[in-house]
Amino acid sequence: MSARNRELLALIPVAMLVAAGFAAVLIVESSQISDIGLIYGGYFLAVCVGVHIFIRIRLPYADPYLFPLCALLAAIGLVMLFRINDSLALKQASIFVAGGILLALTILLLRDYRVLQRYRYLIATAGILLLMAPRLPGVGSQVNGAYLGINLGPLSFQPAEIAKICIVIFLASYLAEKRELLTVAARRIAGVTIPPIKHFGPVLVVWGVTMIMLVFIRDLGSSLMFFGAFLALLYVATSRLSYVIAGLTLFFVGATLIASQIAHVQDRVDIWEHTFDTNPCHLTKQQINQGQDCGLGQIQQSLFAQADGGLFGQGLGESLLKLPGPFAPHCEQPFPDCGSILPAPHTDEIFALIVSELGLFGGAGVIVVYALIAARGFKTAVMARDGFSKLLATGLTAVFALQAVVIIGGVVKFIPLTGVTLPFVSFGGSSVIANMILLALLLMISNDARKPPAPREEDEYEGLPA
Amino acid sequence: MNTPIVRLYAFILLLFAALVGFTSYWAVFDSTALKGETANRRPLIEEQQVKRGFIKTSDGVTVAESHPVGGGAHPVYVRSYPQGSLFGNPVGYSFVNVGQTGIENSENAVLAGERNEFSSILDQLRGIPQQGNNVTLTINSHAQQVATQALQNAIAQYGINGAGGAVVALNPSTGAVDAMVSEPGYDPNQVKNTSTYQQLNSDKSAPLLNRALQSTYPPGSTMKVVTAAAALDSGKFTPNSVLSGHSPQVIGGVPLSNAGGEEFGDINMTEALTASVNTYFAQVGEQLGTSTMVEYMKRFGFYSDPPLDYPPIEMAPSGPYNSSGDLVTSGFDVGRVAIGQGGAEGQDLTTPMQMAEVAATVANGGKLMQPTFVQQVTDSDGRVTQKLSPHVQSTPISPQTASELTTMMTHVTQDPQGTAAGLSVSGNVPFAGKTGTAEISGSLNGVNQPWFIAFAPATNPQVAVAATIERCQGCFGAQAAGPVATQVIDSLLNGG
Repeated sequence: MSARNRELLALIPVAMLVAAGFAAVLIVESSQISDIGLIYGGYFLAVCVGVHIFIRIRLPYADPYLFPLCALLAAIGLVMLFRINDSLALKQASIFVAGGILLALTILLLRDYRVLQRYRYLIATAGILLLMAPRLPGVGSQVNGAYLGINLGPLSFQPAEIAKICIVIFLASYLAEKRELLTVAARRIAGVTIPPIKHFGPVLVVWGVTMIMLVFIRDLGSSLMFFGAFLALLYVATSRLSYVIAGLTLFFVGATLIASQIAHVQDRVDIWEHTFDTNPCHLTKQQINQGQDCGLGQIQQSLFAQADGGLFGQGLGESLLKLPGPFAPHCEQPFPDCGSILPAPHTDEIFALIVSELGLFGGAGVIVVYALIAARGFKTAVMARDGFSKLLATGLTAVFALQAVVIIGGVVKFIPLTGVTLPFVSFGGSSVIANMILLALLLMISNDARKPPAPREEDEYEGLPA
Repeated sequence: MNTPIVRLYAFILLLFAALVGFTSYWAVFDSTALKGETANRRPLIEEQQVKRGFIKTSDGVTVAESHPVGGGAHPVYVRSYPQGSLFGNPVGYSFVNVGQTGIENSENAVLAGERNEFSSILDQLRGIPQQGNNVTLTINSHAQQVATQALQNAIAQYGINGAGGAVVALNPSTGAVDAMVSEPGYDPNQVKNTSTYQQLNSDKSAPLLNRALQSTYPPGSTMKVVTAAAALDSGKFTPNSVLSGHSPQVIGGVPLSNAGGEEFGDINMTEALTASVNTYFAQVGEQLGTSTMVEYMKRFGFYSDPPLDYPPIEMAPSGPYNSSGDLVTSGFDVGRVAIGQGGAEGQDLTTPMQMAEVAATVANGGKLMQPTFVQQVTDSDGRVTQKLSPHVQSTPISPQTASELTTMMTHVTQDPQGTAAGLSVSGNVPFAGKTGTAEISGSLNGVNQPWFIAFAPATNPQVAVAATIERCQGCFGAQAAGPVATQVIDSLLNGG
């Protein structure tokens, strides 16, 4: 069977999941939502088929499972959003239309992703500017103490989502060129290969940038994600574990120092360490009376929601999300911004909601899908024919997987909880769009890697620069 | 570069595995503990969506029931208590904003109809909604009413400085709690309102406190029943053992007097118990020694919460407490503890429940039955799923000791010399009892805590009672607490 037919076949479970999920939610919540909600499901499946046909035409050799796996995540996300509030599902389905178009545009306009190497410093600058944008006066916005979003008129946008792709492109391109330099002239001491001290320079530079980023955007999770992707790339480029160990040590030392200086970062660590203490971040009586809790309620509610899930979950639409009738608070904002027992069930905490409703098996299922996507991404990297392609595929896959680790890790109290989205599952425009571009790049690399070698004479003509 | 890519993938798989591990910890392994966290209101909120079972008394009076509020597809049930303050203690309340106490708390799993995960999935598939089970209490509503009224009257007549009081009635042969009153009480319907709750909670007279189970008071001379039981059962004394009733006598290095400084000659134990001679029983306590006294107190259930189906934080153990509030097993003045008093190194303090259990043990031939509130549990279809089956909690004394003590305690009420000679129960049925008038240490002179423990009839006892009032000015146990106990006995013997 051809790669594309396998892809089409793999989309069938996605369609089934969407149909079954929407039907289940509809049955439970029939009093509150109308059948019109089913249209959003159809809408989403149309986008999937459209993207599939586009890939069939433009990237016939691309990995057949990458897209269906991402669509599966998106389908899970859509069903959960439909369950929270049907208007969220409508918005998310529309975002997928835009994301699908952007995926197509990326593939059409970029043609050969290798040109990105030429603009790497421009891309790096753009990436760093995007990261710093939330601190710019006028457009920046602070959410829960971290600076992750910008407001452009009615649109709000999380620039870190796009920035992660820019940074990975830059690092892949830079390391593809410098990797030999970083690997030669190494000595072995006690079984560990130690490169000359001067080659730790780039590690120090990126570490410095990450630390500045931590100070500026105050988000431990995204800093960890960026630095982790960098170390992953550095390790793959050089095969030197010593860089990774040095980098991780620096990160923890730096993060600890910064945490002691910036209250918000310290609070996040405190509530992670002492989740069930009454006042782990030492709020004053006045602050408590004002309703501040430094995020303690979010992580507690996250764990309580998961505890309700058990092995099989409470069933779609069955978990406790809203306070019932007489207990519901008076809300100015629409649900789930107000009135949700689990804070941010559609974004940061969507994984907790999945565990609550689909149980440990549902949650583990989502994690397995991420692991499968990572497998296809790294397989693409292994199959790629040149250094830049290998490193770009590795970097994109690593940053994608690490983003999932950072947010799920936060939700399950593996690491301090921070505000990044769960790729393809969480509600949010910038997240979906950025990950669609990331997927487009991975598909392009895999199309090149899996393309059968062309006959010689054609190669000579086509391979010449235009 | 391929080898490091594969290794990187292995590392990322490890991270994912850790995530699955953490998820399973919260969702499965630690989930019960998380559901019990105080910050976690989910179980309580979810329970409001289940029709909670009703609570009735043994004679069929509804004490607690749930009504739907809000309507629609997901109604919420709110608790109401038709009997008002009559059962505020010990039934307690269950409201989402203030939590659960008392029997509402200890029987929560039954009332909410909790099921295990697998049967709950099966029921969901079969479309069976979760429903609560109904609880029938052992408490008799008539006896509860009589006990409340009698206690309120006694407090009004004798109590000073906002005194409260408590009365407990047990069935000696089953351990069933027939009545339990703590005064002042509260109406659980009002607790629903958070500000009223806060008022009640900070009220100095502590209406929310179940004094019968959680307040410890000096038991005074009612403790002599425990001392006599230890003396007879250890074989060191008989009812005819003679000691000097001279007053005062040096006990624990300090002179001790009889009530009113009354002088007794050489008397035996029956006479000493009948007239409640302090110096006699203080000597008995000293001759038995601390370890024997502690052993018998433990046999009667002192030093630990009663094994009652009730929230542990709403119960307190009885025994000698030192001045820092810890139970002690040595170092106290055993002579004074033997008569229900003590000092800074160990003051005898008991709950009304504990003293009712002492009376019930003697009544039941020396066997202490495990106390319980639950007569039976029925499911929503009316099928009985659980029924009271009496358990022996312990056997503190032999049947012979119990029978000798019964005779001695009957003298207390029937003998003209008895401290409770003026008390009677209807039909003049012979009954056994012991008075207590504890001096409240650290307070003004003449402030006493009156007690009366009793069981009736003296032969083939049906009911055992302990009654006490927190503070009175110069009153005596038989006078203030006695009528409360006898009225409860009357209500339970006649048509209860």
